[in-house]
Amino acid sequence: MNAIAAVASRDVLKFFRDPARLAATFIFPFAIMALMGGTLQLNLGRSAGFNFIGFTFTGVLGMTIFQSSANGITSLMSDRQTDFAQSMFVSPISRYSIVFGKILGETLVALCTALPMIAFAVVLRVPLTPEQILLLGPVCLLCCFVGGAFGLVLLSMLTDERSSNQLFGFIFLPQFFLAGVFSPVSILPWYLEIFSLLSPLRYVVDLIRDVAYAGRAEYHKVVLFDAGLNLLAMATMFVIFMVVGTALFVRRETNR
Amino acid sequence: MKDLVKRYRKASINAVDGVSFDVRAGEFFALLGPNGAGKTTTISILTTTLTPTAGVVKIAGYDARREAAQVRRQVGIIFQTPSLDLNLSGEENIRFHAILYGLYPYRPAYRLMPGEYRRQVLELAGVLGMAEEVFRPVKKLSGGMKRKLEIIRGLLHRPRILFLDEPTAGLDAASRRNLWEYLRRVRAEYDVTILLTTHNLDEAEQADRICILDHGKVVALGTPAEVKSQLLEEHLILDAADRDQLRTELRRLEVDFQETGHFEVHLKGRSAQQVLRGLKTELTVLRTHSPTLEDAYLRILAGE
Repeated sequence: MNAIAAVASRDVLKFFRDPARLAATFIFPFAIMALMGGTLQLNLGRSAGFNFIGFTFTGVLGMTIFQSSANGITSLMSDRQTDFAQSMFVSPISRYSIVFGKILGETLVALCTALPMIAFAVVLRVPLTPEQILLLGPVCLLCCFVGGAFGLVLLSMLTDERSSNQLFGFIFLPQFFLAGVFSPVSILPWYLEIFSLLSPLRYVVDLIRDVAYAGRAEYHKVVLFDAGLNLLAMATMFVIFMVVGTALFVRRETNR
Repeated sequence: MKDLVKRYRKASINAVDGVSFDVRAGEFFALLGPNGAGKTTTISILTTTLTPTAGVVKIAGYDARREAAQVRRQVGIIFQTPSLDLNLSGEENIRFHAILYGLYPYRPAYRLMPGEYRRQVLELAGVLGMAEEVFRPVKKLSGGMKRKLEIIRGLLHRPRILFLDEPTAGLDAASRRNLWEYLRRVRAEYDVTILLTTHNLDEAEQADRICILDHGKVVALGTPAEVKSQLLEEHLILDAADRDQLRTELRRLEVDFQETGHFEVHLKGRSAQQVLRGLKTELTVLRTHSPTLEDAYLRILAGE
């Protein structure tokens, strides 16, 4: 546990000591929420029958924490290129502790980005009750774990930082649309519906909307599945990603 | 290490090809070889970060493949390229390492760490002359200081064997000299076995024994003196105003010599004194040439 805490706290420290990353993490989601959410609300809000600022907030919140935790895991790639990862791998802790520590650390980092976003949503008058805000905490935590596990699978497929950047553009961009981050996906062509159902981000975003829209009239217009089904899908994906990702990563590290 | 073989995936040749050697406790052992000789691959296998294709490796009695965790407790390593986290301070890097090795429980700040940890950090930083710098951000430290910091980190868990993978690469002459001075002190104070990889012959010459690798194979093994004597021997450099007379005398003494500018006389078991006693010609040049490790190394790599 000490080793996991050390690996995790290093990621949190790194996050707070990187001004460029801090600025990008806070400014980008806020800009999307205000600009895109505001524009969509003005043009489509009335015909859609629900508030697009709230819709964009929940989508961007899910996207940000999922991508942040997944992206953070790939810092093991840059660690490997600077031999820092090697210094971890020659220590007597298990590879699993390293992986769990990384996921925990990046989860904490992602949660640090979620808190000001929720505060900003309140400023933008997204209707959230205190209970919903409190419930978003543990929900975001679960979403981060899925993102971290997803990042681990991607990490095992990468060879260097360049391939990491390319693969992330290829993997994440389609998911933004397939998972309904910015626009509804309740009706999709059958072939896109298949990809959408395979996207872990879909369940992450939908679970957040389950919480944020609970008890409201537009719930059924916005939310795709009930919370239980989303949780089941996320738990299943988390287990698969962790087992496959850890096994592939450990094997590749020791058997180059 | 016995019959070690490593072939990387998709490679057509072995990076390490049947290497065998042993290192005694407390010894300073140098692995020498040109780039691509297999030095780093060998050290990666010895430190359990790489799995061998074949062969047996035992470190402090533990099998590197089956008992990797025990092996990792016995070794410290200083990598060829810096392996410090530049976002952390020197002490934070050390603390991170100490916790990974299970030496101390996790604490988020230096002042919250146990007194024993703080004493150990200050002691090692004092030995290496960086008592103040150890608390500075790593990105603000010089290359030499970073290397010292890695040594502190590598010694914190009191390893029995310290692996140094080209530790002076990228350092200026003054930093190199300082580093070796500190390593000698560390070796004396902490009684560790040192296994060094290098292509710096001056560094290797200070080792108790050296192993020269080329194309993944051992091409020479022994003390620096043994390796030199296996391949080269001392010779005399002579010259005289009357070169014809000197040539005649050398032929009469039946010594092997070459005229490469001066007369290069190969002693082949004779002493220099014996040869000189037989010469009447007045000499204008007289000196002995003791082969260096570099001479031997270059000859080995040339395949002579």
